[in-house]
Amino acid sequence: MSSRRSRSRQSGGSAAITDEQIIDLISKLQALLPEIRDRRVDRVSASRVLQETCNHIRSLHREVDDLSERLSQLLSTSDTAQAAIIRSLLM
Amino acid sequence: MPNIRTIKTTQEAKTTTFSSYSSSFPMQPMHLSAETPTSLKTMFALRFLRAYSKINRYKSPSCLSSSSSSSSIVRRCKRIKLAAYASMARAVGPKRAWSRALLHKVLHRTRLHQSVTRPKVSGAGNGVAGGAINRTDKLRRLVPGGERMDFCSLLGETANYIQCLTAQVHVMEGIADSLPPQAWF
Repeated sequence: MSSRRSRSRQSGGSAAITDEQIIDLISKLQALLPEIRDRRVDRVSASRVLQETCNHIRSLHREVDDLSERLSQLLSTSDTAQAAIIRSLLM
Repeated sequence: MPNIRTIKTTQEAKTTTFSSYSSSFPMQPMHLSAETPTSLKTMFALRFLRAYSKINRYKSPSCLSSSSSSSSIVRRCKRIKLAAYASMARAVGPKRAWSRALLHKVLHRTRLHQSVTRPKVSGAGNGVAGGAINRTDKLRRLVPGGERMDFCSLLGETANYIQCLTAQVHVMEGIADSLPPQAWF
């Protein structure tokens, strides 16, 4: 894992990327973050957007974890009823 | 269009929900409708439900007696989680770097998300630029395949990954809320 990480250091390289492109990408990202979505774009630093992005992805991962647990518990009883419902959802 | 989550759990309500469930899926209200095509949500839902019903069938014949034991629930939970991420990656297809990386991770049984607790990189964190680099590194570890992306692709892929993860959560919630409630452990 550590060898792979050292390879990742070559980021931010290619010279063709303009500041506008980065600002555009950052503001697109900001629009997806419930915590800072409604703030004015120029009021939020890029570093804050990156921070909130990490937090948001982590919380989405946690939600998937929780939902997987919930779904696995839902499967644990009354198999036939569950199977019928899942089939009907698949129709 | 009624939201699936608001529907009462009476038997009558259930039967009507289930018959209209699949047809109502594409018209679900979404704040991401512009960026997340509805067909993606439906495709993920279909793939995931198929995998979910397979997990259901797989455990019923042989290990019926132990199916509610905590270890089998943990195992099933892992399989469901893997199925969810694999279904999402397959629904998105190979056009996205994150979905290719995610599918590779699922197929090779690599850890989906790297552990968050890591020793700090020395030298990073001095000043604003250091902080930003540190955060970019964190983001790289959270987005599948992020370690090998340049900064611009990382931002673009992250936006798409968040949209798809959100759709994944919505679909899983919809399914969990449609199933009859069970005794909690």
